[in-house]
Order: sequence, then C-alpha cells, then structure tokens
Amino acid sequence: MNHNSKSKPIEVDVESFPRPEKIPIRFDETWFAYDSMPVVRDINFSIMPGEFAAILGPNGSGKTTLMKLALGLLKPSSGRVLLFGESSENFKDWHRIGYVPQRIQTAEHRFPASVREIVQFGAYSGFRFFSLLKHKHKENSRVDDAMELAGILELADRRVSDISAGQQQRMLIARALVRRPDLLVMDEPVAGVDAAGEDQFHSMVRRLNRDLGITIVMVSHDIGAVMREATTCACINQDIVFHGPVHQLDANALSTLYGFPVDVLMHDPDHTHR
Amino acid sequence: MFLCMIPTIRIGNSMPEIFQYEFMNRAIVASVLVGVTAPAIGMFLVLRRLSLIADTLSHVAFAGVAVALITKSFTPIVAFIATATAAVSIEELRVRRLLPGDAALAVFLYGALALAVVLISAFDGFNSTIFSYLFGSVMSVSSTDLWWMGMLALVITLFLFMFRFELTQITFDSDLAKTNGVRVHMLNLSLAILTAGTITVSMRVVGVLLVGALIVIPVLVSIRVVKGLSLTLLVSSVIGVFVAVFGMVISFYADLAPGGSVVLIAISLLIIVEIGALIKKRIFGSSQLMHSSDHTHAHEFHAHGANGSATDDPHSHR
Repeated sequence: MNHNSKSKPIEVDVESFPRPEKIPIRFDETWFAYDSMPVVRDINFSIMPGEFAAILGPNGSGKTTLMKLALGLLKPSSGRVLLFGESSENFKDWHRIGYVPQRIQTAEHRFPASVREIVQFGAYSGFRFFSLLKHKHKENSRVDDAMELAGILELADRRVSDISAGQQQRMLIARALVRRPDLLVMDEPVAGVDAAGEDQFHSMVRRLNRDLGITIVMVSHDIGAVMREATTCACINQDIVFHGPVHQLDANALSTLYGFPVDVLMHDPDHTHR
Repeated sequence: MFLCMIPTIRIGNSMPEIFQYEFMNRAIVASVLVGVTAPAIGMFLVLRRLSLIADTLSHVAFAGVAVALITKSFTPIVAFIATATAAVSIEELRVRRLLPGDAALAVFLYGALALAVVLISAFDGFNSTIFSYLFGSVMSVSSTDLWWMGMLALVITLFLFMFRFELTQITFDSDLAKTNGVRVHMLNLSLAILTAGTITVSMRVVGVLLVGALIVIPVLVSIRVVKGLSLTLLVSSVIGVFVAVFGMVISFYADLAPGGSVVLIAISLLIIVEIGALIKKRIFGSSQLMHSSDHTHAHEFHAHGANGSATDDPHSHR
C-alpha cells in the first residue's frame, strides 16, 4: 500500500508469502517511454493469486500500456515485469493467461470468422505438426462450455462483424475462458456494453474470481464498479498514486489521481458486497 | 491482336481447339497455380487491410525484371529476390514504426517504378519482353516456368495449410495472437516472403500491373458469399482458379489480353455478388433484422448467472 501508510512496523508472515512463480504479475521498477516521453514511471507492485485487482486512472495515464507491459506486448524501457516469476518477454506458459483487449483490431472489417472460430482460438496450445488435422475438433466441448458461461452459445454461428460491440466483448471473454486461465487480464471490458449487460458481466467475473479462483486484473474507468467488485486497486497516473485493498481507497487518493476534488459516497460502507 | 501470332503447334485433333496448343495447356496449368495461391495469400492481406502491399510488391517485381533482363539473369529468381527483400523491409518498417504502413508502401512502389523506368530507358532493346511482363503473356510461360511455379505454389499451399490457425489468429488480432503464444513476427516475415513468391508466380500470367487484382478480388467475392475462415480461404482459391482459367479461355477465343480478361471477369463476379447481396438485403432485410436482434440478451450471463448453478462444482470449468 503506497498511500496513507503509517509508520508502525509491518509484520510479515514469511511462510504465507507466495513463492515468486506463484505471483501472477510483479512490476519491478518498471519504466516505459514512447519516443523518450515517459508513459509509465517506476511502477512497483504485485498482483497476488486470487486477487480481483482493478487498475484505475484517467485517460492517457498509462493503464493500457501497463497491461501491455504485463503481457509482454511492450518491452519495458527499464526495470522488469514478471509473469508467474518469469520475465514477460521470455514467458512461455501462455495457456495460463487469458487476455481481453479493449477492442479487437479487425472490429470494423467484414471479418468472415464465426464467433465459434474466434472462441476456438483460445484452445490453441502452440504449433503441433502431428495434430494439424484433428486440431479443430479436439476442444469443442471446452469451447461450448466457455460460450455458455459467457452467454453467447446462441451466437456461435454468427459472423464476428455482425454482432454488437458488447457481444464481441463477451466473445473475447469466452475465448479467454477456453484457456482455463490462472490469470485473466481485461482492458476496459465493459466499454460499449449497456447498463444491464455491464451488471451481468460483473456478476460473471465475480464468479470466475470467487468460485473458480481465477486471478482477475481489470482496467476500468468506473470507480463505482471498482469499489463494488475488486479486492485491490492500483491507481496510476504514469506513476502509482495508490495501491492497496479497495476499501482503503479514499477521496484523497482519488483527488490526487484525477487532479480535482473527488468525494466518495459509500453505499456499502462495510464492503459486504464481496 | 494478342494471340494472332501464336505458334500453331497442334498436339491432337479430337480435343477442343484451345487444348490443341501446347502453350495454351501450359497457360491453363499456370492459371490454376496462380488461381490457387494468389487469393489464398490475399485473404491474410485483405483482412489486415494490407491489400496495397500486393500492388507495391508487383512494382518491385517489375524493377527486378528490368534488372534481370539487363544482367541476362534468370528473371523469376531476380524478381523474387527483389520482391522478398522489399516485403521483409516493409514488414520491418511497419513493426518498428519507422514509417507509417501506407507511407512505407508508397516509398517502395514509386522507388521501384522509378528504378524500372530508368533502367528500361537506359538499356534499350527489350521493350516487347517488358510488355509481356507488364500485361502478362500466355505464350511466354515455358516448361521451366511451370516447374518453378509449381514448386513455389506447393511451398505456399503447404505453409498456409500448416500455419492456418496461427495466421488466422494474427489476422484477427496480433496482440491476442501473441498472448496465445503465436510467433507473430516470424510468421509475418514468412507471409511477406511468400507474398513475394506469389507475385513472382502470378506476374507471368496476369502481368505485374494486374497481379494485385488476382490477390484481392477473389477474396472480396468469397468474403461476401461464405462465412468461416477456412471456407473463405477455400472458396477464395476456387474463385481464383475459376476467374484465371475462364479469363484465359475467353482471351484465347476472343483474342484479348489474358491479364485484363482475368481481372475483368473477377471484377464482374464481384459486382454480381455485391448486387445479389444488396437485393437479398432489400428483400429479406427486415425479417433478418427481426431475427438478428440480440435475442440472446435475455440469456446474457443469466444462463449460468449469479446463482452459480452451473458451476457449483468449481472443477466443471477448471
């Protein structure tokens, strides 16, 4: 916890602290710059197993960049990012990671793939020369399960470009779930989803985290949803403004994050929702 | 005009006239090879909005042809080396963001064309050969050409078959593909080199000016008529073979330029399917709209909703 830290000594139970290979994401003095313009500065925090971590911050604060660094899609300018104890650049166990991007790169095209085909991508486990012919049919039941869980089974044969943005998000979640990941990283997953769909989405993610034990990392703009759903929160505006349990996130931290006074009205002061 | 001076080598009298000419048999085999490979590679370019790379690389191939004619080298090899080098350079410039994608294409297209024009004007005497490469020439397809075209087509088809899952993932979203463990950069470079190979193969039949059309248009037709990545890939190649062979036959009987005939048939087909789709939308549009409304909305996340009924056993998913 970086904000509101007291001076009293912290007791650490060394035995209960997870081994590095068990820690889903660890940012270690991570910096990143586009054309020598720093976007992410000296980030130090870890996302622990079973956490529902939210990444909160204003536009252009480096949230998406931070996620891309975590997933090895960008290389840190300095410092390092560890995925399950392994440098994200050399990470190989991609089947442990599910990723739901903000939007798909081919969203506006007349893309000919069916929803089922895209979800099936999630079952990919590397190039296998001898399984080329049976590759497609091997994981059908897992694909059906994931589509059912994400509520898109009835869209299975629809063309990707013919479904709505919200449905595309659920398709990407289903694709991530096929992998049966230990870590699910989502970048603003409810962008373009209506209020009812958003509520249903959060209840699904809550279940993935609580019932299935999947570690969740979710980039979000929605402070209310973060306060309700997440267990921990990292507020970033190029550098870390706050990191800690979500119930300790207060008006001071949010005001510092957004650069103007923010009041927090707690409808669920005891955080009993979770 | 284009076929009036053909050598009349007859290999049999019982066959249709077109098959009685050895050069036409070679041309039709070449058309099949080009028809299969060009749209198959094209699908991965069109869906990533990289259609113009085909046009750029064909101009680079033209510069390669000019160099080969001047140095009296084996034309396809020089054209392939030039095109592959350009394809890899464009890919590297795109990935490293040293130049915006379209700017990199423009630099290579105009640079190659300028080089070709300068070389042709400096070394006179092979205008008719250059003309055959620009517009395609069925008579110029030799047995040697057919052999290397066949080998290259085989390599391209094998590569696309073996890496179809990886390539389609990259085409859909390269970041998602990377986080799926797909070796995106290596496959992109391989695809760039094979695109160069496809253009080198195709330019003998349709000519460097029109090769891009055979890479792009059958894919556009296929995307309109079928759904599913594998089916789109297959139908693109079937359409490619159809337009290439049909164009060749038409050009033979009507004495027209083969490259232009092939491309005009492809464009006619595209217009027909687009009009067909428009009419279908007009007629069935309203009823489809009713059925395609988000009827799954009521089931969104509720089928296995917050009550967790479907996952009481956490191992049901994990």
